[in-house]
Amino acid sequence: MKTNKKTTSNCNPFDFLTEEIIFTILDYLNDDPFSKKSLSLTCKALYSIESHHRKTLKPLRAELLSRTLHRYPHIEHLDMTLCPRIEDSMLNVVSLACKDALCSINLSRSRFFTNIGLSSLVSSCFNLVEIDLSNGVELNDLAAAAIAEAKNLEKLWLSRCKLITDMGIGCVAVGCRKLRLICLKWCLKVSDLGLQLLALKCKEIRSLDLSYLQITEKCLPSILQLQHLEDLVLEGCLGIDDDALSTLQQSCKSLKTLNMSNCHNHSHVGLSSLINGAENLRELTLAYGPAITEDLAKCLHTFSGLRSVKFDGCLVKCSGVRAIGRWPRSLKELSFSKCSGVEDDSLSFLVRAHKELTKLDITCCRKITYDSVDSITSSCRSLTSVRMESCSLVPKEAFVLFGQRCELIEELDVTDTKIDDEGLKSISRCSKLSSLKLGICLNITDDGLKHIGSSCSKLKELDLYRSLGITDEGIAAVTFGCPELEIINIAYNDKITDSSLISLSRCSRLRVLEIRGCPHVSSKGLSAIAVGCRQLAVLDIKKCFNINDNAMLQLAQFSQSLKQINLSYCSVTDVGLLALASMNRLRNITVLHLRGLTPNGLAAALLTCRGITKVKLHASFKPLLPKSLLDYIEAHGCVLHWRDKAFQVEMDPKGWKLHFGKSPEAP
Amino acid sequence: MEPNDRLSLDAWANPSSSCNGLPRKMSLENPSFTNFNLQQQEQKWDDTSILNYGIRIEPPFLEFNQASESEYLLSSTCNNQPKVLDQEDGLNSEALQTSKSLDWDPRTMLNNLSFLEQKIHHLQDLVHLIVGRKGQALGGHDQLVTQQQQLITADLTSIIVQLISTAGSLLPSVKHKLSTGPPNGQLGELLFPPLAGMNCVPQPQHGSGSKAVQPQCVTGSKVSDQCNQMDVTGSFGTEQNLSIEEHEMKEEEDADEGENLPPGSYDILQLEKEEILAPHTHFCTICGKGFKRDANLRMHMRGHGDEYKTPAALAKPNKESSSEPVIIKRYSCPFAGCKRNKDHKKFQPLKTILCVKNHYKRTHCDKSYICSRCNTKKFSVMADLKTHEKHCGKDKWLCSCGTTFSRKDKLFGHIALFQGHTPAIPLEETKGPSLSCDKMDGNEASNKSGNINFSFGSNAGGGAQNIIEVKEDADDPASYFSPLSFDTCNFGGFHEFPRPTFDDSESSFSFLEAP
Repeated sequence: MKTNKKTTSNCNPFDFLTEEIIFTILDYLNDDPFSKKSLSLTCKALYSIESHHRKTLKPLRAELLSRTLHRYPHIEHLDMTLCPRIEDSMLNVVSLACKDALCSINLSRSRFFTNIGLSSLVSSCFNLVEIDLSNGVELNDLAAAAIAEAKNLEKLWLSRCKLITDMGIGCVAVGCRKLRLICLKWCLKVSDLGLQLLALKCKEIRSLDLSYLQITEKCLPSILQLQHLEDLVLEGCLGIDDDALSTLQQSCKSLKTLNMSNCHNHSHVGLSSLINGAENLRELTLAYGPAITEDLAKCLHTFSGLRSVKFDGCLVKCSGVRAIGRWPRSLKELSFSKCSGVEDDSLSFLVRAHKELTKLDITCCRKITYDSVDSITSSCRSLTSVRMESCSLVPKEAFVLFGQRCELIEELDVTDTKIDDEGLKSISRCSKLSSLKLGICLNITDDGLKHIGSSCSKLKELDLYRSLGITDEGIAAVTFGCPELEIINIAYNDKITDSSLISLSRCSRLRVLEIRGCPHVSSKGLSAIAVGCRQLAVLDIKKCFNINDNAMLQLAQFSQSLKQINLSYCSVTDVGLLALASMNRLRNITVLHLRGLTPNGLAAALLTCRGITKVKLHASFKPLLPKSLLDYIEAHGCVLHWRDKAFQVEMDPKGWKLHFGKSPEAP
Repeated sequence: MEPNDRLSLDAWANPSSSCNGLPRKMSLENPSFTNFNLQQQEQKWDDTSILNYGIRIEPPFLEFNQASESEYLLSSTCNNQPKVLDQEDGLNSEALQTSKSLDWDPRTMLNNLSFLEQKIHHLQDLVHLIVGRKGQALGGHDQLVTQQQQLITADLTSIIVQLISTAGSLLPSVKHKLSTGPPNGQLGELLFPPLAGMNCVPQPQHGSGSKAVQPQCVTGSKVSDQCNQMDVTGSFGTEQNLSIEEHEMKEEEDADEGENLPPGSYDILQLEKEEILAPHTHFCTICGKGFKRDANLRMHMRGHGDEYKTPAALAKPNKESSSEPVIIKRYSCPFAGCKRNKDHKKFQPLKTILCVKNHYKRTHCDKSYICSRCNTKKFSVMADLKTHEKHCGKDKWLCSCGTTFSRKDKLFGHIALFQGHTPAIPLEETKGPSLSCDKMDGNEASNKSGNINFSFGSNAGGGAQNIIEVKEDADDPASYFSPLSFDTCNFGGFHEFPRPTFDDSESSFSFLEAP
């Protein structure tokens, strides 16, 4: 951005460019959130151009909405997720300012508005196509009726709008005839009748999420008659069972994605009747559903379009896995996450047939051994994502095979396995690797990490949770080799010191830093992070006892992106908390067992922090804070979670490591 | 013989102006009515009818307007004279006698007698016919013959009873003990049941009691025509039996839609409008009280003496005769152009008389019963209103078009069917209902009175009934708009008001100001 500034100040070449060309240039500035801001602050001309160019707005404060919208007249997408309290008057401001320009609005994290605000919004913004009202637990049928006036609406999210009934849905169904997507997850008062009407009136529906509704088979015939329905989610619909499904006469040819997770009451009979005729079915999710038997696999045999199948948490029979192996066409994605019944023989048989697999999830398939990994790596050469957390019987030699055979791997989750430095060395050949999870891998050391750091320059996410063999040296190697690192977790590692943080401060894109339970980290290291990683949004420094107010002051000054912080057990006092409270974007804060924190300090911080939405506090503070203060805080959209956890002195009081049958290493 | 009867017979014998020849035996099983001579009345027929028309019509109207009586009014309004009697009966018997003698109207008597004359003519025709049949087929239907005999005896008894009561009305002393049943009512009651089925019923008889006077005058000329018709139709015996049975039948909906009888396989009967709209079809021969059902009448009769308490008197009449091979009978609506009218191209007959009644009221009459709760739904059949009132107010499922439904699925079916209709969320009028209720009430009240007048003018037959029913309704609103319903209205409104926000903001302000 600095280069831009210079050119403008010298000869202002932007004067010679048409507005369209500058707009095109601005389109390329999306990567860095600060770049456009810098640009607009250079001169009046660029300020005005930037104002006219901006289409998307995510305001931090609803109070300033009218001025902001005045500055940006062409806002099409308004994301209010950072404003917890939106009143009707604010929606009125939006409706007056945006008028026809507004296409989409996201109110999913906001509360306190009612049908009145919605109806003023909808009545002036004719072109609204998307409305997200998720989590509107206070919205009722009147709000739905207001939404129904948005005749051009195509996408509507109403998840967790628990007060909306069939009547409201009926209004939406009649009013919004162009609906293509509607999400009714957790709208517990919506029943078959509303859905029948919806399916009857809104023929354009492509995507329908009915998760956790109390629906039965009665609504299914009309839903399946939707000509364009592609995506159907029936997660947790316990009212749908085999009896209901077996009577279905209709079939939905357009269906591409079906999610029936958490439906326990149906077997392959019902499933086959539901997807009967759905020739284009591509994705099927049956997580926590029926047992994966041979019959079920056989009934899916004919769906040659099937590309992705997820059987997470299902009871898997070997015969079923084998039958999947006999399917005519190869899958691209397969998940047996938490399926304890998967064994070497059947899985090997399966992967030999599905050579095109790119994503494989065998998390917690504890029975598989070297043989499985051998057949996986030898047949599925195009794997990009492998998740095999807690495959504890796989020996360390097996991980070498990934690097040797599957060089396209981008995402590898080997948490809690026996992988060692040799494995990491081999995996470092996967030059596209962007996510590597090595949590609780007690066999790896800095040497292995150095291999990763030297070759995997695209690494964005690294998880070293409780990988106790890692020291500052390994972290430094990674930060040198992987400048694009965005997420790193080095929690519960007593060998990590400030020097790790100082080297991490080189990664300017770091967004998420978790150093929970690293006792040797101090304010010095965190200050370096604050200065170096301006985009830091999530920070967990719980049980970093040496971090004090100094780090907080630095964070408050530099890390303006900080959104979420956990500073339980730290040495932070009122001063540090007050400093944090001044941060604009801070939304989520956990302050448990802060010894230096007084009720007055807490009250002051809570009052200062305007945009905060969630605070976790120790219950002992509750009687110490005035009720009126708490009411005031909550009226501004903040949710206070009172926790009554006992103070933990030890690092690992539960000795959880023993739980996995590992020998705890001496610290 | 009970004292009442004896007295009536005495009364009958003494003043007998025209029926001198009638022996005392006439109240027995098989009276021969050939001796009957009603020449005198016949001559005066036309004159009296015209006169009656002028005089009789007025009083009932006045009474309706006063609207002080309810059902009592209905049974007695037929005739100014007995009505007054009824009123005063319980008060002062001596004053009663004088008033009776003052009030006695020879024209009424004449009317009654002319009725009787008609009735006797019918019977004559009937017997002629039976005689003719006997000549044709001798060995044939014994049972049929007995039935016919029974019918004739029934008719005759009724004639006799009416004669007695008519005569009784002449004697003040007798009348007092006879209870004050209007002679006309008795007339209609006994004549009606057997004749109703006969497709050729002379009008006055169906006027039955309350309207005996009025229709008689209007349709006096029709009588002879209908007598001719009767000849044409032929087979009476069975028809009469059937018609009696039909009257006994319980209420049923006219569910004959699915029925597909080939035309000609059944007989078509058509009742006249007045007959259909008559509120009562059974009348007590003693006190003249009208009943809708024969069974109710029989129950009522028990109060008049022990002889009505015998199993035979309480038994359903003509029950045993139903073993006959029945000729299927269907009914036609008298409204020209109606699909239920026999002249309609796609004629669909009605199954029972009750069907006829309900059909006629529902389709061709004003919907004068207004639900006092919702003030919107109107019905022409009382039972429909009652059915509606059972769930009125519970219709919480509302469509944008204003239609309400008691069940959500019905509402959604409705919305699915019609373009542009949407569910109406009731809370939209949170402030509305209590106010609008009052307004509506006022409007509807005026409507109601309008309706009364209108229906009264249009069909005089149904008018009396309407009035009474409406009066009942008019009393009701007070109870419907009781505190209970008001409570629900108001509470619904206030509770649903978005309170949390108010609370929050208030407290927040107070907090800001406090420290």
